[in-house]
Amino acid sequence: MLILMTLFSSCLFVSSSNIEDNVGNFFSSGHTNNWAVLVCTSRFWFNYRHVANTLSVYRSVKRLGIPDSHIVLMLADDMACNHRNPKPATVFSHKNMELNVYGDDVEVDYRGYEVTVENFLRVLTGRLPPSTPRSKRLLSDDRSNILIYLTGHGGNGFLKFQDSEEISNVELADAFQQMWQKRRYNELLFIIDTCQGASMYERFYSPNLMALASSQVGEDSLSHQPDLAIGVHLMDRYTFYLLEFLEDIHPASKTNMNDLFKVCPKSHCVSTPGHRTDLFLRDPGSVLVTDFFGSVRKVEITVETINLTSPIMQTEEKSAAYGDLQKETYSFSDQLPVSEIIHQKPKQKDWHPPDGFILGLWTLILLVFFKTYGMKHLKHIF
Amino acid sequence: MAAHRCVSSALLVFLCVLSVFTVARSQETTPPGGHGAPATDGPQTVTETTGQTAGQPAAEERRWEATEVKEATPDESAAEEQEAPAADTAAPSAGPRPKDDFQEELVIRPLHSGDIYASFQFRTLWETDFTRENKVSHYRLFPKSLGQVISKFSVRELHISFTQGYWRTMQWGQPYQPSPPGAELWVWFQDSVTDVDGTWKELTNVLSGIFCASLNFIDSTNTVQPSASFKPLGIVNEVTDHRFLRYATLPREIVCTENLTPWKKLLPCGSKAGLAVLMKSEKLFHSSFHSQAVHIRPVSPTSWELRQTLNVVFDLHTSGQGKREWSLFKMFSRTLTEACPLASSSKIYVDVTDNPQGEQFELSPATPLLSQEVVLGDRRTFSVYDLTQQITFGTVRSLNLLIRWKSSEGDMLRPLLHGERYVAGYGLQTGEIHTLMYNYHPYRSFPVLLLDSVPWYLRLYIHTLTVTSKGKDNKPSYIHYQPSKDRLRPHLLEMLVQLPPNSVTEVTVQFERALLKWTEYTPDPNHGFYVGSSVISSLVPSIVAMDTNITQERPLFSSFFPCKEESSYFVRVYTEPLLVNLPTPDFSMPYNVICLTCTVVAVGYGSLYNLLTRSFQIEEPSPGLAKRLANIIRRMRGVPPL
Repeated sequence: MLILMTLFSSCLFVSSSNIEDNVGNFFSSGHTNNWAVLVCTSRFWFNYRHVANTLSVYRSVKRLGIPDSHIVLMLADDMACNHRNPKPATVFSHKNMELNVYGDDVEVDYRGYEVTVENFLRVLTGRLPPSTPRSKRLLSDDRSNILIYLTGHGGNGFLKFQDSEEISNVELADAFQQMWQKRRYNELLFIIDTCQGASMYERFYSPNLMALASSQVGEDSLSHQPDLAIGVHLMDRYTFYLLEFLEDIHPASKTNMNDLFKVCPKSHCVSTPGHRTDLFLRDPGSVLVTDFFGSVRKVEITVETINLTSPIMQTEEKSAAYGDLQKETYSFSDQLPVSEIIHQKPKQKDWHPPDGFILGLWTLILLVFFKTYGMKHLKHIF
Repeated sequence: MAAHRCVSSALLVFLCVLSVFTVARSQETTPPGGHGAPATDGPQTVTETTGQTAGQPAAEERRWEATEVKEATPDESAAEEQEAPAADTAAPSAGPRPKDDFQEELVIRPLHSGDIYASFQFRTLWETDFTRENKVSHYRLFPKSLGQVISKFSVRELHISFTQGYWRTMQWGQPYQPSPPGAELWVWFQDSVTDVDGTWKELTNVLSGIFCASLNFIDSTNTVQPSASFKPLGIVNEVTDHRFLRYATLPREIVCTENLTPWKKLLPCGSKAGLAVLMKSEKLFHSSFHSQAVHIRPVSPTSWELRQTLNVVFDLHTSGQGKREWSLFKMFSRTLTEACPLASSSKIYVDVTDNPQGEQFELSPATPLLSQEVVLGDRRTFSVYDLTQQITFGTVRSLNLLIRWKSSEGDMLRPLLHGERYVAGYGLQTGEIHTLMYNYHPYRSFPVLLLDSVPWYLRLYIHTLTVTSKGKDNKPSYIHYQPSKDRLRPHLLEMLVQLPPNSVTEVTVQFERALLKWTEYTPDPNHGFYVGSSVISSLVPSIVAMDTNITQERPLFSSFFPCKEESSYFVRVYTEPLLVNLPTPDFSMPYNVICLTCTVVAVGYGSLYNLLTRSFQIEEPSPGLAKRLANIIRRMRGVPPL
């Protein structure tokens, strides 16, 4: 009997220490909320793959738990309802139309002409006009982990926005420094899938930044596969393999960043993906993928009982207050009151001081008058 | 000692766990009783409505049959039903009246071209008063996001629509709710608003966040203030002052799933139950015409109405299968299994006017309910499916309406009013806008109000405005023209024209295209620039007497525009938007100019500078090694070198 009790107690002891380890893991990352800013910068139908890239990252991020209110999605052109799309309201990532990444529940925050360098930098730094709605703002604080994903056409040190402007790596680095100074992030993961993408993270100098790119300077990122029915390339290689990697991640998985760095080796990608972790304070091996892609909630189990207060009673509105309203007569207005329109009084124009032309004309008339009739008439007038 | 303490702590833990389990088990039994206690209006209203619907289906059926038999004036036939919109009528049953009411409808109208027109109507009626200062904090069926928008910006009426495609009036007839391609927003503000323009700007920004559309592009360059069109659709208590009206269109706006998603979230049942289950984006956007709209207006001093409408026209040929057969599954890839539990009425109306004896098409499952409504100036017969009745779903518990055509004869009643617009001319400097208005009535003429809003970069020459009907000049009885200001406001032209019977009226005006500044061009300027649709509002003579009684309960699709007199009904027709090319510079020019200039400077000026400033010296070639040694020896000797 005593042996059983000791065995039981030792089991409890061991399991309690495990719980303490798990509790310790909960607070190792230091972040309390997750945000994502996903940007596609290309316009026109033949850049379908960039929209599909962004939407596949959006889909993974939503699936792993980040809600729409914490995602700022910027798509520079509309591919799903484009008139060239043979299957409207769909954006596919695999050929033979296997996976529709557009889905049924998508909320695009910036679309079409709104995706500009200025709007992107304003979203990052939070310097938006006061009437901007909440869904278009990045309301992060100093305990937020932010994922930033950019895709489009780029070059050595710049990324092209909508074929008319570009953002340079210096501007991007300065924007991140502004974010750091304003305490707008705890840790930031920057992923870019463009040609010569590694040049975009060369100039970063703020702490707690980790960056991934699909190709090195001097290399082009290539696209994956065309679909003959739709007629364009559907995805870029790096994001295709990234999507495949993320499909295996679930909210409780323990995959860390070292696995993410191994996504798309040169044999698959043709270009060499690169990454940068020197500005990051933690060891990448201890950073979970779900720290950035997912929104793992911290749950506290409590065994206390909570007493509910008395139920809420709706107060009855005083019907006497409506008495005075009914004295005014209300009726539906005439939709086309012809007689009223014809006899509409013209709006009173505001009085403006006489224009230069009118003044000049009167001066000319007065001059001519006094020239012909002589100056002696002046004193009669003034 | 440690082991001893461990054992005692383990025992304590074990006892705690046991006590927790017993407490939890006791708690499980109490919640069902506990939820019954907080008595709000919720459970009472549910029992009320179910009581009403259960007690009255027999009476309803009798009432529907009464309308069919009595072919006399529709005013007398339809009796009063349960919730009436006016605040004066008393509640039919005892107990507190529900504060808000939700109704849903689907109207299916087969078109003569083989296509099919489906129109969803959702109406939420809410008894409250925003104009009083008390803050509303309890939202039940009325969506909170819209309620807060109305109270914050002192909006009296709000009408917003998103449309993809153009409504073909000549092939499809008149829609129940007209809308122009792109996005359209018009708002009547309350009289208490002091800065209408500032409030309008903030309102458009907030709405762009709610509907995921780029409505923030609405600014003073595309907003107009009509002086006679767009009278309020809700109730008013005084003469309307057009200072509080703002109208704007964005013809370029795309409609896609991201606009449908927040629109569906405004419905009380969302897209989980009721008619909204049918709204799947892959089918809705694969259509010839798709329009979704939100209309908010006051219908009585104390109640507000929110109408959400979705009009869609499915094309016969793009949806596969050559034979002419339509079903709910073919249109929406879903069938119906239940009505929205929060709805007081949920019905499907199928227009069977052209099929009185069933010789043209066959409608299954058959339904005994028939209804006659006067809508769009014509009396139409509808087969009604009431989704609140379990019998509608049959034994398979799902409703899939099937319409199969047997013969395709008969032609459509030609619509009386139609409008067209196009740009004439050649080159990139000048052009001419032609607007055609067709009056197909054989002997009646009626007045028409034309509203044109042209952006500032098309400079209209109003002295070239001509209005001709049947070859003769037709002078409008009212013209309101507000010229544009560059980069500040657009042109506004409103005219009241009398259209003679059976004629075409043509309005032409010449314009000149302006050259924009380099930064004002869009990223794809060679696509062209859009000019919003013209709006033609008119009171068209109707074939049958229209119903002017507003307190009577009518289906939602026939009660959208208020009717003041029996002999005519109000119609709004939108023309096509125009796509105009502006003179576009070559945007690679700065790069080209820099390269060319630098090359010219480097080659041309550089060579010239060198020629002028370089001085030439004659230099002996360096002698060979032997000669150099000889020179050294000669220098040492003092003899001149070689």
